[in-house]
Amino acid sequence: MRDLVIIGGGPAGMSAAIAAYEQGVRDILILERDESLGGILQQCIHNGFGLHKFGEELTGPEYAWKYEQKVRELNIETKCNTMVLDITEDKVITATNAQEGIFQLQAKAIILAMGCRERSKGALNIAGSRPAGIFSAGTAQKFVNMKGYLPGKNVVILGSGDIGLIMARRMTLEGAKVHAVCELMPYSGGLARNIEQCLNDFNIPLKLSHTVVQIHGKERLEGVTIAQVDENRRPIDATREFIPCDTLLLSVGLIPENELSKAAKVDLSPITNGAVVDQDRQTSIPGVFACGNVLHVHDLVDFVSEEAEIAGKAAAAYIKGNTGKKVEIPVKTDGKVRYTVPQVITVKKDITLYFRVGSVYKNVRVNVTAGDKVILSRKRPKVAPGEMESVTIKAELLENVESLTVSLEVL
Amino acid sequence: MEKKLTCIVCPLGCQLTVQLNGREVVKVEGNTCPRGAEYAKNECTNPQRTVTSTIRCENGGLVSVKTDRPIPKEKMTECMQLINKAVVKRPVAIGDVILSDVFGSNIVATQNKP
Amino acid sequence: MFDVAIIGAGVVGAMVARELAKYQLKIILLEKKNDVAMGASRANSGIVHAGYDCAPGSLKARLNVEGAAMMEEVCKTLGVKFKRNGSLVIGFDEEDRKGIEKLMEKGKANGVEVQFLDQTGVRALEPNIGGNVTCALYAPTGGIVCPYDLTIAALGNAMDNGAELQRNFPVSAIEKIDGGYRISSENGEVKARFVVNCAGLYSDEIAKMVGDDSISVHPRKGEYILLDKECGGLVSNTIFRTPSKMGKGILVSPTVDGNLLLGPTSVDKEDKEDKDTTEGGFAEILSKAKEYVENLHAGKAITSFCGLRAVGNTGDFVITSRSPGFVNAAGIESPGLSASPAIAKYIAEMLKEQGLELVENPAHIATRVSSHHFRDASLEEKNAMIRENPAYGRIICRCEGVTEGEILDAIRRNPGATDLDGVKRRTRAQMGRCQGGFCMPYVTELLAKELGIAYEDVTKCGGESLINVEKTKGGMAQ
Repeated sequence: MRDLVIIGGGPAGMSAAIAAYEQGVRDILILERDESLGGILQQCIHNGFGLHKFGEELTGPEYAWKYEQKVRELNIETKCNTMVLDITEDKVITATNAQEGIFQLQAKAIILAMGCRERSKGALNIAGSRPAGIFSAGTAQKFVNMKGYLPGKNVVILGSGDIGLIMARRMTLEGAKVHAVCELMPYSGGLARNIEQCLNDFNIPLKLSHTVVQIHGKERLEGVTIAQVDENRRPIDATREFIPCDTLLLSVGLIPENELSKAAKVDLSPITNGAVVDQDRQTSIPGVFACGNVLHVHDLVDFVSEEAEIAGKAAAAYIKGNTGKKVEIPVKTDGKVRYTVPQVITVKKDITLYFRVGSVYKNVRVNVTAGDKVILSRKRPKVAPGEMESVTIKAELLENVESLTVSLEVL
Repeated sequence: MEKKLTCIVCPLGCQLTVQLNGREVVKVEGNTCPRGAEYAKNECTNPQRTVTSTIRCENGGLVSVKTDRPIPKEKMTECMQLINKAVVKRPVAIGDVILSDVFGSNIVATQNKP
Repeated sequence: MFDVAIIGAGVVGAMVARELAKYQLKIILLEKKNDVAMGASRANSGIVHAGYDCAPGSLKARLNVEGAAMMEEVCKTLGVKFKRNGSLVIGFDEEDRKGIEKLMEKGKANGVEVQFLDQTGVRALEPNIGGNVTCALYAPTGGIVCPYDLTIAALGNAMDNGAELQRNFPVSAIEKIDGGYRISSENGEVKARFVVNCAGLYSDEIAKMVGDDSISVHPRKGEYILLDKECGGLVSNTIFRTPSKMGKGILVSPTVDGNLLLGPTSVDKEDKEDKDTTEGGFAEILSKAKEYVENLHAGKAITSFCGLRAVGNTGDFVITSRSPGFVNAAGIESPGLSASPAIAKYIAEMLKEQGLELVENPAHIATRVSSHHFRDASLEEKNAMIRENPAYGRIICRCEGVTEGEILDAIRRNPGATDLDGVKRRTRAQMGRCQGGFCMPYVTELLAKELGIAYEDVTKCGGESLINVEKTKGGMAQ
């Protein structure tokens, strides 16, 4: 029996482990499928991490190293090259690695920190052939940054998620020509700073309301046909344009990797594709917590670390027997706010609600209502789907509250 | 003259409006912090960028690197040429200077390579 | 000189090779592409048809029924997954009912077990079939198989028994020589006493090389959508609409691997290489499939692909010999996969009649270790295998849980994978939800290492389909 097993040794898993340790838990095991800790940060060699958490601009590997050092210093046990195959409702974990074979562990508490994966081309069903040269942006990032190979010289990127924008710059700096970034929506899903420093700096056009409608090429990609889309996101035939290229990178969204959560029968949200959690990031199964991109996709690793600390602390409390649920306040949303995390409040304390909106709105008021009473209202000059928002509710505001709704009022 | 910029200092990505008198920055609006104002001034007079890439290891593999401070934006390509030619011998530790005095910065390792 | 040269490593060529490899013969299989099962055997419905819809008395009917009866045993021997999941042909109106009644008659004439189900019967069997269904033909002997798994296993078994495989050998000329034929390609030539033309879409062109103009084959394009395993349980039988003259229409079927397959469209084409999926095709498949299976969601698609079926002009299989020692297996359209074991026997018989001596090979190995042997093993067996070979403990493909050991097997065993798609078809690595997003760089590395080639020379599917175009740092990395 292990006190705490953490699935995933990326930023979420490491941060959760450290937080649990600091609360007095000593029997902690991190299971990591890759050969080293750090998760996807290892291939994110660009800067821009840690400003919020450490007050300095770090690259991905540097950010990961800060946590890895701490994990080592605290002597927290880690098993790398170890893949978890199954988790049961009773917290029995089945995992495999080359040294031990397939083995099982019983845990008192589990923290799910498996991260997310990129949406694949299959989910898009672009017409045309199936040649080599079509990659998710993250795969290309791995080839370029970790393996030292360039997957192509003439590139079109579909989707303006941050990884796609970052790869536009990376491939340009490594000698490729990026011809365009096409974004289906009328706004980018990436951060404004990345559009500026990854596209504008290199004169790479960002084509909003555009998509790839056809893939050409028998063996290796020879080009793509792009087209503008109308307000219903349907391609406009008259705007079809052929761009010769040997590479198509896809940056069309991230999906939390919840296969193990499903195996454990954790309740999942159809909107976040992650677990439904309370303010402690505890899932529908007591003692099973989730944090980081496996819970919902974050824009910034700094917030992943913060969320993981909440989960780590709560897991420590659970292990010590502080498991009492006091209330059950569901947090609902209106149509404009897509989701919140947490989705339920079980203890009346100061609580930060993280949320995402469904579209770009300017000049809005975020309202948190209990029944028909607005208990909190915050103005925002602009909100966008690509940028996570948050509001903090003081404990005293939760007196006599039975349910909360987070809504957006366009002023 | 008025110039619009997107601040790249932090993920907030503030939309900045800069009032210019010739090349002199008179006023910066839209920033949430003093670093934004500084960015705007630099961007209008001497735009700078941090460059990140990889350097080949003599005994196999790559190590990720960065300029330890931003360099003039127009020097990015030249900086990449230097990075592409460079070779380093493992072991390399985070923070090790691999190339020094590159357009006012040092190229440092951002990864440990034992 | 080889005893037999088989042109085309699709399911028919592979099955013929497997059949002939039981005898003391020197066999070579000539394949145009970089891997086997690259034509119609790569992308089809994977259905083992019960045999109710072929014209009674036709060669198709006979070989379908015979082949389907052999399939379970063949798959067991070759370690290929086969499931007798049953087939349903469903109808919605009076016309469909008539069509189904006709099919019932054909089925009975062909000696196939068929039952007529009313609406209640259909819904009891398949609750997710739309409520407006009125009746169905139920064929409990219908089954499913993975067509490329079967092809790879059959050829692997032939190779284990000494047959040779020559890849990247596009036949450009065939010449009658003393005692046989000389088969030429840009990559060399091969001589053989007997030739079997299993070239699928190109079987007409191959036949013309020996002066046989009797064969006409054209491509019929079929697009498919593959849904996530989450949807694999929506139906348990293979569901067909009542057929039209363009074929069996859009079907919805579970696959042996647990996904749900929708398709194919059916469009006659000229271009034998046009495997493009189309915007219209995708929409057509979905809208038609949704007409009769509920709870289908486009968002669960993990990939879409297109296959070209080799359609003859006679309505029947064309298994002929117009030149001595030269046998054509042409127009092997649906139910060619189902019939393939019987086609192989039929062709072996033809060759024998033409003078090929079939002397049994006493050292013949009938069975082949399944490609899924690790996956299907018990926990104890798996741990024993990991102790023996730790590579079985390292998961490379997260989505499908494929280990390094299985990928190495796929590269090392007959017929070895030499490209990323080859590994995918043999192991399912890169075939899951992320479609290779995570594991492609690792599989690339394993291929490079095993084949002794440079990392940047690894291809997706041979030829010019390179994954990486150059090293970074001006070629100085690594």
